[in-house]
Amino acid sequence: MKANGKNNRNNDYSDRARAERRLGWMLAGPAFIIMLAVTLYPILQAFFDSLYAFRLTAPDEREFILLQNYVTILSDPVWWRDLWTTVLITIVTVAVELVLGFALALVMHRALKAVRGWLRTAILVPYGIITVVSAYAWFYAFDISSGYVNSWFDWVPGIDQDLNWFAQASTALPVIMASEIWKTTPFISLLLLAGLAQVPDELTEAAKVDGATWWEQMRKVIIPNMKAAIMVAVLFRALDAFRIFDNVFIMTNGQYGTEVLSLLAYRTSITRLEIGLGSAVSVLLFVCVLLISFVAIKVFKVDLAGTTGGKR
Amino acid sequence: MKSTGREKLWWTIISIAVLIYALFPVASIFATSFKSAGDLTNGNFLPSPGAATLDNYEQILVGDAQELFLTALWNSIGISLIATAIAVVLATLCAYAIARLEFPGKKVILTTALAVSIFPVISIVTPLFNLWRNIGLYDTWIGLIIPYLSLTLPISIWTLAAFFRQIPWELEQAAQVDGATTWQAFRKAIVPLAAPGVFTTAIIAFFIAWNDFVYGISLTSTEAARPVPAALAFFTGASQFESPTGAISAAAIIVTIPVVLLVLLFQRQIVSGLTQGAVKG
Repeated sequence: MKANGKNNRNNDYSDRARAERRLGWMLAGPAFIIMLAVTLYPILQAFFDSLYAFRLTAPDEREFILLQNYVTILSDPVWWRDLWTTVLITIVTVAVELVLGFALALVMHRALKAVRGWLRTAILVPYGIITVVSAYAWFYAFDISSGYVNSWFDWVPGIDQDLNWFAQASTALPVIMASEIWKTTPFISLLLLAGLAQVPDELTEAAKVDGATWWEQMRKVIIPNMKAAIMVAVLFRALDAFRIFDNVFIMTNGQYGTEVLSLLAYRTSITRLEIGLGSAVSVLLFVCVLLISFVAIKVFKVDLAGTTGGKR
Repeated sequence: MKSTGREKLWWTIISIAVLIYALFPVASIFATSFKSAGDLTNGNFLPSPGAATLDNYEQILVGDAQELFLTALWNSIGISLIATAIAVVLATLCAYAIARLEFPGKKVILTTALAVSIFPVISIVTPLFNLWRNIGLYDTWIGLIIPYLSLTLPISIWTLAAFFRQIPWELEQAAQVDGATTWQAFRKAIVPLAAPGVFTTAIIAFFIAWNDFVYGISLTSTEAARPVPAALAFFTGASQFESPTGAISAAAIIVTIPVVLLVLLFQRQIVSGLTQGAVKG
């Protein structure tokens, strides 16, 4: 598989290979085992719990009910409403972030030396800020009592002093999405910046010499060469957005039809202590995430191993 | 590249737009943190002229809410640092093995790391909530450090593995040929190349642990282990009847300052760390 030009004799080589194997697993093993312990075990436990009718407030009434919890959830309109809200948030935020993140990446890539450092620092600020803080910043800005948005934008049709942004999904969701976009665009933008740097300069130069316009260079040279980076950025952000929790918890706590799946799982198990039902929601959420990754990898052929330097 | 005046103007405008975009929400909560209780509803961005006050900071640093906030801050710092340290040490060993040694199962390890990093946190929380309560880890530091590893470990492994792969390991052999011992060769040729990657990974892992909210609100119930983000969400302020907008804003600013400082100091490393992995081959 790999020829690194070592001139080992054969039996000598196999001894060394065995020692290398052992060392490899000794070094990598602890991390591997911990990762399994902190995720595989809980999800198996969740699956096990999900087969029971089990409330923490009535532990003696614990009863094995097979898939009844799943039937209950999947036949409940709340699940479908929350799923739809989550999907909507995922699609909108990822789409906006891709465009905005690409623009920011281009700015950082092309900016004059004097401002480049400043721009990068500024763009990193949202990345570093706690999501809860960002959620409060947006919440207070739009909030009907402490906000200034209503008085700044009262000339816009539909916005006036009495508009309570968080009292209905149609106005609360855009604010939630905006805060999510603000907070996570830097991440996508840095991945895209890395992708941009991968595009060979000669290709862009050649296209320029051939008289390609800016748009043609983008479409024919730059974007195709960044395809892998774009795919990875989109997949990661999509999975992340699908698990959205903090922003919604702070701004509306899932009221007025803004509940997302993570919040449903939290509400069921931690707030209402319905461990069985909550575990089933957790398992379903996990299945959704698996499905998204599976589809992304198969259909869009995202090569995750390749983009992080799979070549040796 | 020569830049004409027109170009400079354009870049100035673009830069200002980017700066406003990136900093406005921070400025917004910063301004709110200086509003007095009566001034919070003034509908303006800034506190009313002459009414700016440090009351909110006083309240959380030396006043009624001091206990609540400072304990949470201490919890956050301690728990995040420990989780980061454990993750970075383990990930460094693991990534070294992946980049440098030939053994079966590398792909399995990287795939596992990837799978763990896309795992919905909430799916882990429900079973942990129950288990932690049974074995006494609920509302303790360790009870948060362990699940935090599910956040910090995978990204550390991926970042470091990508980073270590770019290191020309032949340097080590070259140094040995030149007469250095194995350890000298490793220390002189490899450590200086690897250190920035490890450092960067630590910062990124710390950001992620510092940012956690779901574990923080689900696996704690008192000040014993509740980290800042969770404390902010459950903060009721001095009065049960007034919403603690000002105090929360002040607390938010205080926990944002160290992060912004880290970003300012190490932006070059953070960006190069995040990008290096994907760039050079």
